[in-house]
Amino acid sequence: MSITPVEIERPLLAEEVDRPWITIVWNDPINLMSYVTYVFMTYFKYDRAKAERLMMDVHERGKAVVSNGTREEMERDVTALHSYGLWATLQKDD
Amino acid sequence: MLCIDATEKAVLVSLAGQLIAFVAPAEAIDTTETADPLAVIVGIDEVAETPTDPALARMFPAAYQDDEEAAGDFRRFTERDLRAGKVANAETVAAGLERSGEKVVLNGAEAMCWLGFLNDTRIAIGTRLEITEENHDELAELPEEDPRAGLFDVYDWLTFLQDSLVQLQLLDS
Repeated sequence: MSITPVEIERPLLAEEVDRPWITIVWNDPINLMSYVTYVFMTYFKYDRAKAERLMMDVHERGKAVVSNGTREEMERDVTALHSYGLWATLQKDD
Repeated sequence: MLCIDATEKAVLVSLAGQLIAFVAPAEAIDTTETADPLAVIVGIDEVAETPTDPALARMFPAAYQDDEEAAGDFRRFTERDLRAGKVANAETVAAGLERSGEKVVLNGAEAMCWLGFLNDTRIAIGTRLEITEENHDELAELPEEDPRAGLFDVYDWLTFLQDSLVQLQLLDS
């Protein structure tokens, strides 16, 4: 037996409208896996499991979306990640 | 706590000095009468290009991949502070080493400076060695007379130091 999910059209919440930008961290051969995990925990306050999952995405898939929000928020995240020495970029989420 | 002997200490202090010379903002912001007064106050740079040196390009990458103008604006507003932050990390490390014996005890803020500094020096050296995820073993087995061999030894040691420090920090968190 399966329950078909009901899809309800609803207007976007203000929060969703304001959060169309994403920060991406890219893989590079120098940054340590442990350090990348530690930066995600320290800067984003992610728990260790989430930080490690994102780090593995970066390592294995070449990149990972690590945060989303307004353009200003993402510029702040990218600046911080650059200060930690990670290779980060921001873009509009499409 | 890290154990750093006198030779290692000398290497780290030397690396800190080299890193400072490498990343310090090239020249003062134009503060002459013709300069934009707002730019002078908030430290906005006129230079907006990605650095041509590969290590600097890696440390200060373009924040926007497909939008050169936005990347240039972002750089003008952020690169000077980023460079100053890296200089400050290196200065903290050097000052801490100068007043420590072989046992270096770090508080949380100092540990973060160390991690940033070790990462920056590894980027500077690793980029010079053209390290990839595939050639690590090959570089580790270079004959002694190869000029890259010594540099790789330093890189490998910095990697060990950084990873040890991260593990210590993870234990505390």
